[in-house]
Amino acid sequence: MNHPTEEQFILYYYGEGTQIEDHVHACEECRASYQALQRVLNSVDSFPVPERVPDYENRVWAAVGKRMEKRSRWWSFGWRPLAAAMAMALLVVGAFLAGRTWQKAAPRQLAAVDNGIRERVLLVAVGDHLERSEMVLVELVNAGAPAAGRLDISYEQKTAEDLLESNRLYRQTAATNGDVATAALLEELERVLLDVAHGPSEVSARQLEEMRRQIEDRGILFKVKIFGSRVEQSAGNSTTL
Amino acid sequence: MEDSDSVAVARVKAGDGDAYRALVERHSRSVFRLAYRMTGNEQDAEDVVQETFLRAYRQLHRYEARASFGTWLYRIASNYSLDLMRSRARHPQVAAGLSAESGGDALGTVASEAPGPDRLLFGDEVQRKVESTLSELSQQERTAFVLRHFEGQSIEEIGSSLGLSGNATKHSIFRAVQKLRRALEPLVNSVGTT
Repeated sequence: MNHPTEEQFILYYYGEGTQIEDHVHACEECRASYQALQRVLNSVDSFPVPERVPDYENRVWAAVGKRMEKRSRWWSFGWRPLAAAMAMALLVVGAFLAGRTWQKAAPRQLAAVDNGIRERVLLVAVGDHLERSEMVLVELVNAGAPAAGRLDISYEQKTAEDLLESNRLYRQTAATNGDVATAALLEELERVLLDVAHGPSEVSARQLEEMRRQIEDRGILFKVKIFGSRVEQSAGNSTTL
Repeated sequence: MEDSDSVAVARVKAGDGDAYRALVERHSRSVFRLAYRMTGNEQDAEDVVQETFLRAYRQLHRYEARASFGTWLYRIASNYSLDLMRSRARHPQVAAGLSAESGGDALGTVASEAPGPDRLLFGDEVQRKVESTLSELSQQERTAFVLRHFEGQSIEEIGSSLGLSGNATKHSIFRAVQKLRRALEPLVNSVGTT
């Protein structure tokens, strides 16, 4: 037998390519080569991972549990058909636009206070909408590719359809309000939701991969995530969208 | 552990959200280790930990007990780490924003001051070299290598996560090992002879 290649040694180290085993034992030169590789790869195990504090598990649970609680509310209330979310979008946007009309005739001070409250309500509603959208996109990005056959994504598709309607309302309101950044993000999100809503309800592994790639290429999940957390942070003290 | 994981998973699926706490507590450190090895960044790794458990919770209905819960969870963690690194490469401004949003340390000061057992056993110089060489690998090489070396995933599993063929996956691992070897061999040999 010829001497094994470096690639064969590497596979052997990881428990594959066991056909070279006898040769490695019999050939002194190859045994030395393999041991040199072993030393290097064993040393990699010393790659330092920062230690966590003793109550790390509790801290992770505190953070995750809090976010789960919030998500559970969508699950039990508005997550399924999202009709409630759509009704909420109509209500919020309607109140916001009606308020703008009334504001023109109202005394300046009173109008300013009211404007702040309405924008805050809208801010929170957009934050909720973004979180719901993030959840459906995450579902798609992480869906396991079907080994054979097709994966049923009709649930995600229906959800995207419902979100699309709220998204349009929020985007138009943001544009009317001169909030270019929010309008731009919602426009981008709308394109992704459109692709999902108008795509097939059952996808092959290749189609799922393509869908995933498109979501990733646009970086929309991260944009939504950043925006959502900014909205959340500023909802408590900001009055501008 | 697998049995108790299955029990906890069954309870969560039956609507007992609190049962998820046991799973989070049991796996959070190992998810952090995987995430840190993949991203090489503590803040990103913390983000991966939280996001992994949230995603797993949301997708629990899709989990089938064919693989252990841990394996399934680490798959989610490695996929999210990959998403994060890809996003960083493709959208540096967005990724910078994400880091800023993490606010430094998402869980407060979670790093312990105490040195880990590896740090005590191995020379600092070797560890530093391993760290710097891993950081110089391409994202694909590093991911393939970490999943094979530390997580023991098969070539097929790694290929499926990375969207690569079996051969391309093997070559990513080979390249990573060759680079590590070039960087570490002189150092490791000198340690071995002193």
